[in-house]
Amino acid sequence: MEKILKDVVLDNSDEIVRMWIEQVKKNQGGAFYQSLSDEALENTNREFANAIFEGIQKGKIAKTPLDEFAEKLINLGWPLTYLTDGMQVFRRSVVKFIIHKWEDLDFSEADNYFELGDDYFPWVLEKVDEWVDPLVNELVSEYSGSWENIVSLQRMALQELSAPLIPVMDNITIMPLIGTIDTERAKMVMESLLDGVIKHNAEVVLIDITGVPVVDTMVAHHIIQAAEAVRLIGSRCILVGIRPEIAQTIVNLGIDLGKFPTKSSLRKGFQTALELTNREIVEDTNREEEIENLIESLDRSEEE
Amino acid sequence: MSDQSCVYIKKEWDIVAARQMGRDIATQVGFKTVDQARIATAISELARNIYLYAGAGKICFEAIETVQKKGITIKATDEGPGISDLAQVMEDGYSTSGGLGAGLPGVKRLMDEFDIISKSGEGTTIESTKWLR
Repeated sequence: MEKILKDVVLDNSDEIVRMWIEQVKKNQGGAFYQSLSDEALENTNREFANAIFEGIQKGKIAKTPLDEFAEKLINLGWPLTYLTDGMQVFRRSVVKFIIHKWEDLDFSEADNYFELGDDYFPWVLEKVDEWVDPLVNELVSEYSGSWENIVSLQRMALQELSAPLIPVMDNITIMPLIGTIDTERAKMVMESLLDGVIKHNAEVVLIDITGVPVVDTMVAHHIIQAAEAVRLIGSRCILVGIRPEIAQTIVNLGIDLGKFPTKSSLRKGFQTALELTNREIVEDTNREEEIENLIESLDRSEEE
Repeated sequence: MSDQSCVYIKKEWDIVAARQMGRDIATQVGFKTVDQARIATAISELARNIYLYAGAGKICFEAIETVQKKGITIKATDEGPGISDLAQVMEDGYSTSGGLGAGLPGVKRLMDEFDIISKSGEGTTIESTKWLR
């Protein structure tokens, strides 16, 4: 009996697709659809319809055409609503079609034929749901799976960027911080800072906050804690990259950063770090002198 | 003349969304970099308070434009546990969560107007305005 329903739907797929496309088009008025050409939309709608029918026909197999279709749409960046909306319209169209054709259907040869009487409507609905629901679930899980995948990849990428530690010279290490600092990241900053100080045997650590957009009390608190922890293991911390507007907000907030030196730029911080480790940058003047001597000697030889 | 837009604070990353929206509105009103940073920091503090103490709430922004002056109003609303002693939280260095305790008094200094209404068990509403000079 169910087979008859399925057959009638498959046999009349052209008719149902026509109804479906008509209805779907009415719903596709959003900004996203307006950016597409009519032809592209039409083609995708047809492809979608074919994928749905193939899905119903073949039932549950490992890789349905619908999965492939969903994957393609995900890659093209189509919204999920396109698929869910399409499936809802499909459900309505099929039910409408079957109810419309009910009188013409011949159930007399069905195996377990029984009289439904006037109550056939809920039964039809249930049967159609049995085809459509698994397809909807499949689509949604395909979609959310791909999103979850992207999110987890990006989280990993973000973690890699989170708290890099660069040993620039013997005893001097720099940690450039870029972007928003949340609780999780603050923890990583602390850990990698302390690990790095021990590993690279750093005497001075420069924390560069040039790329941190907002320094609120939480961020300041974490930086103070990190600096204090670095002090406990016998190294010194210099906070660099404090932009003028950040300096003003820190003062307004009343945060005391007086426990460790701060500098406006990495360059100045680096000089201070060199001073703290008894070193300095010296310009190499010998070479210029050598060249001058050479030129002078050449001049002299010409004179002679 | 005014328009309002809100950000719901449920996760820690919503704080960033609130800050971003506030900064955008502040830029439209015409605030310069320093005041933008002040406003963003104030939003950050208010949003973090919601996230830490109330769990959920919302931050609304209103661009104010009258004939005399322009500005931005930040309204932070939550239905959290509320604050029992308002005078105490406005003191520098008071914190129940081991923080710096500079949040609320800091916001008051960062902004021009600051108004807090809180009832124990019913939630907190903070309204703060910065005027464009």
